[in-house]
Amino acid sequence: MSDGFEAIVVGAGPAGCAAAYTLAKAGIEVLLIERGKFAGGKNVTGGVLYGSVLHELIPEFWKEAPVERRVHRHMISMLSEKSSVSIDFNTDNSDHPESAGYTVLRARFDRWFAQKVAEAGGMVITGSRADDLIWEDGRVAGIVAGGDKIPAKVVIAADGVNSLLADKAGLGVSLSPDNVNQGIKEVIKLPRQTIEERFNISADGGAAIHFLGFCTRGVHGGGFLYTNQESLSLGVVVQLKALIDSKLKSVELLESFKRHPTVREWIKGGTPVEYSAHLVPAGGLRMVPQLYTDGMLVAGDAAALVLSTGRALEGLNFALASGIAAAETVKMAKEKGDFSQKTLSQYTGLLSESFVLQDLVRFYGAPQFLDNLRLYSVYPELACSLAERVLGVDGNPKRTVWQLAREEMKGKVSLWQLMRDAMAARKTI
Amino acid sequence: MSDMTMEQRLALNHYDVDTEAHIKIKPDVCRECDLRPCLYVCPAECFKFKEGKISFSYEGCLECGSCRISCEREAVEWSYPRAGFGISYEYG
Repeated sequence: MSDGFEAIVVGAGPAGCAAAYTLAKAGIEVLLIERGKFAGGKNVTGGVLYGSVLHELIPEFWKEAPVERRVHRHMISMLSEKSSVSIDFNTDNSDHPESAGYTVLRARFDRWFAQKVAEAGGMVITGSRADDLIWEDGRVAGIVAGGDKIPAKVVIAADGVNSLLADKAGLGVSLSPDNVNQGIKEVIKLPRQTIEERFNISADGGAAIHFLGFCTRGVHGGGFLYTNQESLSLGVVVQLKALIDSKLKSVELLESFKRHPTVREWIKGGTPVEYSAHLVPAGGLRMVPQLYTDGMLVAGDAAALVLSTGRALEGLNFALASGIAAAETVKMAKEKGDFSQKTLSQYTGLLSESFVLQDLVRFYGAPQFLDNLRLYSVYPELACSLAERVLGVDGNPKRTVWQLAREEMKGKVSLWQLMRDAMAARKTI
Repeated sequence: MSDMTMEQRLALNHYDVDTEAHIKIKPDVCRECDLRPCLYVCPAECFKFKEGKISFSYEGCLECGSCRISCEREAVEWSYPRAGFGISYEYG
């Protein structure tokens, strides 16, 4: 190993695997190093993997990858303490699997992806922690892992949200409680047939439900419920600052979320089999650091490349696409025989041409919009209380929906405020 | 489904427990802290406050980094566990 590698990729998540796979396919000597005992062993998702980016890299990946279910039912549920109002979208997307979303369990999925890297000719080492960088004449020239120095012409840091390597290279994201969300999740086992009947989904199909409101008891965050083949993924994602300010623990939120009458029925009879936690960068473009230096590139969560919109946090495809872009940059650098900052700067060019930076630019203001606490308390409660009155009959003379809405809004939100929030939402949702 | 205790939750997971802590706290700094965000943000409740002192037990750590980001006083010396140790998710 004294000669080292052309490229070292640190972290076998979606960004690292996509980068290493792209490099290996191009015949570049690449080492993918992962601190977990196996790829995926340290990883958690609270999201859905949309197929388009991975399909370009590994055509029809869903036929071989351990994806759980192809999502054909999407719901958005607004919760008050006892009620819920939902938007329920159901479709048959079995004829265009490439653009569908898939539920995944990362300990399985990432393991498969790292295996693909090995099959493509990359060297994959798991159970090895990259502790430091090798510096040579002011440029990154490899890594130090378990006391071994492993030289390389270029290092791609894809080591996740707590990227200690990026920090060491001065490319670290400035993480703070107001730009990071904490996700916690339970995997709850249920028989396959029960899941399909309960969620009204087909044999390989799945449902994804996003929650807003009581799931975080009105603080900045949301909840999710995804169907896997033989389990459900249920969790909450809360801004760290909201936990600190409210002195709430996310696990308390998860427990009351599980007791909510709507959620209780979804998970009934299930057995929790795993409890996990992970952080998500949620500050949008504002927190994205410099993405390269001499001999090094940063991709995925390590570079805070996560899109925060009023609809969801999206990181998986941003990780995949940034990993691929980092690898393409390395391919160009190899052709030129120059791994200096100047050549590696093409990385940002590639990201600007793709949805990665375009989306982050378009939704620049979304994280600020999401600081509006009415989104998590007033509006979900209003939706539920209004639905109860509109859909109920109480023996009194009826009023129009508009009259009821005005009554329900009283003391909670003014019409002026509602309109201002709606205007702000135009640019961020 | 009744509420689980944190011990029950963490017992669901697989850990390879190292003999040495990968995260250390600075008791002198913690003693001066009255905000104590670590008590709320740690999803595994690794931080405990007893008799005026913060203690930390690393065994159930989920390696998320919340304590590292939330401690304004930088009293948390944070690192990942040594290779081969710590949480190992089966589902993730």
